Amino acid sequence: MDIVVCGKIIPASTVTIEIDPATKRMIRKGVAHELDPAAASAVEEGLRLMEKVGGTLTLVTMGFNEITIGIRTALAMGATSAVHIFDDALAGSDTLATAKALAAAIGKRPFDLIICGTESSDSYSGIVPGQVARLLGVPPVTFATEMAVEGNTLTVKRQSESGYDVVEADLPALVTVTSGINEPRYPQLKGIMAAKRKEILQYSAADLGLAAGDVGEAGAREKVLEVGRPPRRDVGEVVEDDGEGGKRIADFLAEAKVI
Amino acid sequence: MDFELPEELQLLQETVRKFVDQELIPVEMECRDGVKLKPEYRERFEAKTREMGLWMLDVPEEFGGAGLSLLGQVIVWAEVARSVALPSRGHSIFGPEVRPVLYAMNEEQKERYLYPLLREEKRACFAQTEPDAGSDPGSMRTRAVRDGDEYVINGVKRFISDADEADFAQVMVATDLSKGSHGGISCILVDMDNPGVKITAKYKTMMGYEPCEIVFDDCRVPAANMIGAEGEGFKLGQKWLGIGRLKHGGRAIGVARRAIEMGARYAKQRVTFGKPLAERQAIQFKLADSYTELHAATLMVYHAAWKYDQGEDMRNEGYMVKVFADEMSFRVVDRVLQIHGGVGLTTDLPIEYWFRDQRSRLITEGASEVMRMVIARHVLRQFD
Repeated sequence: MDIVVCGKIIPASTVTIEIDPATKRMIRKGVAHELDPAAASAVEEGLRLMEKVGGTLTLVTMGFNEITIGIRTALAMGATSAVHIFDDALAGSDTLATAKALAAAIGKRPFDLIICGTESSDSYSGIVPGQVARLLGVPPVTFATEMAVEGNTLTVKRQSESGYDVVEADLPALVTVTSGINEPRYPQLKGIMAAKRKEILQYSAADLGLAAGDVGEAGAREKVLEVGRPPRRDVGEVVEDDGEGGKRIADFLAEAKVI
Repeated sequence: MDFELPEELQLLQETVRKFVDQELIPVEMECRDGVKLKPEYRERFEAKTREMGLWMLDVPEEFGGAGLSLLGQVIVWAEVARSVALPSRGHSIFGPEVRPVLYAMNEEQKERYLYPLLREEKRACFAQTEPDAGSDPGSMRTRAVRDGDEYVINGVKRFISDADEADFAQVMVATDLSKGSHGGISCILVDMDNPGVKITAKYKTMMGYEPCEIVFDDCRVPAANMIGAEGEGFKLGQKWLGIGRLKHGGRAIGVARRAIEMGARYAKQRVTFGKPLAERQAIQFKLADSYTELHAATLMVYHAAWKYDQGEDMRNEGYMVKVFADEMSFRVVDRVLQIHGGVGLTTDLPIEYWFRDQRSRLITEGASEVMRMVIARHVLRQFD
């Protein structure tokens, strides 16, 4: 089975994110990056499937040079190869342009299953997987808390507001997995040493047949108008414990219908 | 000239950092009983390190180890030292520790000592220091005298770590007092249950460790237990001690890094007289000096390790690393303790532990003065 994991390499959790006031975009150049935890869960799920049924796992991602370390993390975990879409012309792409680039890269090779995180842990749009599925003409199955493949059928336990649904789809398909689906493995030392010998295929916008006007700043249909800090939260109600504190908290929770 | 770590070592660093952040730091104040890791935590951590292939890092691949470069090992030591979860000395969580002297064994010796050690069936200790011969092995008085097919050992070794848990000792002995460290010292394997071996004292130290005193009293050992030829012991031992100095360096940069992380965070949180500490120049300078010195030490440690991996002699760099990095980390811990004020004195935080442990490192495995003495010798030799 040929599995594609579509994931993002994001500024490392130790980096304090800064926004460029001119472009209103996150400053990504020159900061440490790591494999998005959401993507790591997707890689882990793909690896478990690959270890069971055999085949390949290719990470497909887009970004600057800084992201190589994150790509190598996926390779060190066990991905067989990676595709890195890298072109200055792609900077400032909105979600649709990103999806176009990813779909074009994925579509260059045959695939059976695409696995994504539900949303990236830096910008949280959660839109790209659905767009990629649409562009490739495969069914998107989202919010998987469990997944299995039997023959040509993908079965997914899908988290919903009231509980969960069990959904089936024929392959090829795209699935998004929630972060709780697994605990991603640490790369093994052998995997780390082997990662540098694995293939990272680089594509430019032109390689993917994307015209300059379709992608990047120029092709973006979304526009970020303003970026601001979240409003400060009020202190809330402070309960002084005069012996009745427990009861008052229980009443508060009951009122909020939490208990 | 490229100052970047190779990509695979960056990845190793990131992986171990994550392991330390996720597995060690959250339980670091509860997983030790004194200086020993509690068995349930040892089991838990070792299951992970085995799975990650971080097992027997320094053991060559031909002996089933990871065969990691010294630079790679330094990176692991530094990351792990960011947490106080693991014992700062002795048995860590990366499998049996094998001193390189054991690879110089002949096959028969390997069968009896090296392989059981690698299989974790036996534990070893390394006995060099004596009451009157610490950093000056030439003054060693524990003698081994050949008697037929045996050596008879007499003498006292002091401050020997893990001797009470060891099955055998690699003992440095004087086989020719007139030659001192120039061919008069040999390395011999002694089973700890030999009737001529007695642990006569355990010293309580401020770090919590209890190194032992071992007395050899007409201790008869087969001549076949000698590693290498008679008189080669000092040379064999030096190799380990050279790596040991870099281990100090790795640990020092890890401790300093975490201490600075803690100091900076606390300085931003703690408000005195209406302002966070971080806005006071006295505190800023402490952090700035610490960060600068950490940077210098990191480059020194990486460079010495890299040099070793190139097959070059890094002894001088090793001496400089030991004195500079150990003293740097103690200074940094001292400053960060000061930033924390009273909270830093409590045993709820790792700082007081580092303060005791890093201080001890200006003495153990080569006191700072001795390091300076040999560095000075090198400097003076250069400029006639």
